[in-house]
Amino acid sequence: MSITQILFWFLSVLALFSALMVITSKNPVYSVLWLILVFFAISGHYLLLNAQFLAIVNIIVYAGAIMVLFLFVIMLMNLNKDNEPQKNKWLKLAGALAGGCLLLVLVAALKNAETKSAVAEAGTGDIGLIENLGKALFHDYVVPFEISSVLFLSAMVGAVVLGKKEAEHAN
Amino acid sequence: MQNALQIVWLVPFFPLIGFLINGLFRKQLSKSLIAVLGSGTVLVSFVISIWIFLQVKNGNSHVAEYFNFISAGPFKIPFAFQIDALSSLFLLIITGVGFIIHVYSTSYMKEETAEHYGRYFSYLNLFIFSMLLLVMGANYVIMFIGWEGVGLCSYLLIGYWFKNTEYNKAANKAFIMNRIGDLGFLIALFLIIAKVGSVSFADVFSKASTLSTTNITIITLLLFVGATGKSAQIPLYTWLPDAMAGPTPVSALIHAATMVTAGIYMIARSNVLYSLAPVSQNVVAIIGLATAILAATIAMKQNDIKKVLAYSTVSQLGYMFLALGVGAYTAGVFHVMTHAFFKALLFLGAGSVIHAMGGEQDIRKMGGLKGKLKITYFTFLIGCIAISGIPPFSGFFSKDAILLSAFGHNKILYGIALFGALLTAFYMFRLLFLTFNGSFRGTDEQQHHLHESPAGMTIPLIILAILAFAGGFVGIPELFMKGGDKLSEFLSPVIPVQQGDGVSSSTEMMLMVISTVLVLLVIIYTWFRFRKYQAVEEKGLGKFLANKWYVDELYEQIIVKPLNKLGAFLNNIIERSVIDALVNGVGKLVNYGSRQVRLLQSGQVGSYVLLMVLSMLLVFVIQFFLRK
Amino acid sequence: MPINYYIFLSLALFAVGIVGVLTRRNAIIIFMCIEIMLNAVNLLLVAFSKMHHLKQAATLATAGTNGQIFVFFIMVVAAAEVSVGLAIIVMMFRNVHSVDVNFLNRLKH
Repeated sequence: MSITQILFWFLSVLALFSALMVITSKNPVYSVLWLILVFFAISGHYLLLNAQFLAIVNIIVYAGAIMVLFLFVIMLMNLNKDNEPQKNKWLKLAGALAGGCLLLVLVAALKNAETKSAVAEAGTGDIGLIENLGKALFHDYVVPFEISSVLFLSAMVGAVVLGKKEAEHAN
Repeated sequence: MQNALQIVWLVPFFPLIGFLINGLFRKQLSKSLIAVLGSGTVLVSFVISIWIFLQVKNGNSHVAEYFNFISAGPFKIPFAFQIDALSSLFLLIITGVGFIIHVYSTSYMKEETAEHYGRYFSYLNLFIFSMLLLVMGANYVIMFIGWEGVGLCSYLLIGYWFKNTEYNKAANKAFIMNRIGDLGFLIALFLIIAKVGSVSFADVFSKASTLSTTNITIITLLLFVGATGKSAQIPLYTWLPDAMAGPTPVSALIHAATMVTAGIYMIARSNVLYSLAPVSQNVVAIIGLATAILAATIAMKQNDIKKVLAYSTVSQLGYMFLALGVGAYTAGVFHVMTHAFFKALLFLGAGSVIHAMGGEQDIRKMGGLKGKLKITYFTFLIGCIAISGIPPFSGFFSKDAILLSAFGHNKILYGIALFGALLTAFYMFRLLFLTFNGSFRGTDEQQHHLHESPAGMTIPLIILAILAFAGGFVGIPELFMKGGDKLSEFLSPVIPVQQGDGVSSSTEMMLMVISTVLVLLVIIYTWFRFRKYQAVEEKGLGKFLANKWYVDELYEQIIVKPLNKLGAFLNNIIERSVIDALVNGVGKLVNYGSRQVRLLQSGQVGSYVLLMVLSMLLVFVIQFFLRK
Repeated sequence: MPINYYIFLSLALFAVGIVGVLTRRNAIIIFMCIEIMLNAVNLLLVAFSKMHHLKQAATLATAGTNGQIFVFFIMVVAAAEVSVGLAIIVMMFRNVHSVDVNFLNRLKH
């Protein structure tokens, strides 16, 4: 078993376990922390796939910015308690069953897909390097890239408007 | 070369025209015009029929095809008329006797208003038209059209006085009984189509020998079921006596020239099939004979002049079926012909009597009419003699031919048939003596009113009387005159001549003498019995017979009542708790279902997401596993 | 690594995300579960991009780049979504003093 495979299995188990912990933890703060672990595991996968740029962006944007935002909100609202109201037992069971069935169906459907021989390149290949991605981004995808900045602007305006309205209401 | 007989469509065409004009313009036309139109169209048909008859006699026969009536893929039913010995003979009987009855009706129905008068004649013409269609059709389908048309007309005419509920019931009875028989005919028709692939007589008869005996037996038995309905045989005969509800000329028309002979005609036409199915032949013979005896015994105790004649018709039809059943098709057709003459005569005579009595039909209230109604009396007498089978009147020849065939076939059948013939003589002369002899038993007013009928009624009687007397001479047995049996000779292209019935000349002679002597003895006995009438309460067997063997009551009990019960059951139980429940249930289910489904719209995001996931699941399952 | 491994790993992560959405009532946790699902998809996209690159590198040196660009845009959208989403959650908390999605039953009316 090569080092790549060992890392793959380790990261996969870590990602799945952390994801499960995210959804089972009573305390939202723990959930956030487990989620950060998930992101790290996925970034590790990106590194295995030689997609360094995405690995770094994933950590900076998700684990850094977004998760901090989550934590902020949780702390701000003082939600770091185990007092979240629980769904009733049957609804939980139904939800778990539905998700399980979906997994089952998708696995069963894709099991026979003609991907047996296909292999994802691990460790080699340089398309994931920042140089190549940057060329593609600013050559072929420059317009979507600019538009995404507009999207950010509108998101920011939206967030501010939502917050401001409440402020007025509070007054 | 165009065959001269191609124009035979004119024969049914004229009554159809008469029907349309009389039916559509009955409110505008005067009564005399209606009478002329009604009778005239039939007269024209009669004249053409005579011409056709002469053509056929010269050896000309023809199947006239006009257009494709039904065409379904390779299967075609042409609208075609077949003119040969059998149909031309029936044409003569139908249009001839029909014409006489039309003429008679012009006087008999005089008291009706012009509108009803027109309706009456349009029905009569439609009746003649349907009957002509029936006998002229070159295939079973055209025959069936006429067959149904006749059934319809009998309904219309029996219920002619539609304001009387009883008459309407009688009309319904006739129609429904006929429908039961028609169903048999219809199934036979489908079987013929399925097994032979064609309905034209020529095809069916030429291919008949290729069919299995079972198939032929089933087909012929089903055809016979049709015949029992139309020709009033056991078990469907009860409509005919009730058909007396119609005007008397209608009874004459139904009983003599048309309608009831349809069954005989159909079986005689299908003689090829019946000859191949001995089982069916036996059934026909036995049913025919049983009907003959049953109806004769009932007729002995009836007091309504028309009922006696009605049962006598049923009885005589039984004889015809006996003849058909023993294979003596010619004898059967012969009896149809002679019967048409004397039965039309008897009915019209009865009409004359009823006319004179001012609507009275009960023979217990008549008597001694011969002084006032001389022509009616003499013609009626001739009719009675003819039907009883006394030589040299027509009934003798035809009935003797039947008895002889029965004798050749089976001695027991002969014995019973002879007994039936004696009963015939008994009830006919009982009727005659009670009506015309003795002293008058009606009211003074009726006695004062008594008069001979007008010429429009007596002339037809006289013509029919002559025919009833002489009609038998076309079929004189070989015994008396070499080549005297003109009818068999004439019919031989359609009905093969029987080769020797195994009865020697001396035996035949002896049988004739026996039957004649016995009939005469019965008549003499009847004379002494009924010369002076005294009313006696019927009891025992007499009551049983007077009540027509309680057959109507039996049918009421075993068919009508269970059906009514079934109807009530279906109405109360099935309709209420199944059909209604089903219909209301759909509404309730939708109502209930919507109330339940409404709960799905809880407003809870969680449940919406759950449903979304489940739906995705469903889509995936369908997409990946169920769609092949 | 065989691509199947990545497919099944992504499916598993995705399913975990779905189960989380279905079983929890806390809006923030639900949000986090959505992030898990997005990441599962991202992982798969990267894996496919590398698969294509391996297959077609001989003819096209940049084969598979599109997949990674796509991941990049997904992250952009996710970031925007999170900012707006958290603003909504904050607003909701101010109104009802809870982040329980069951309070968001206005969809009924």
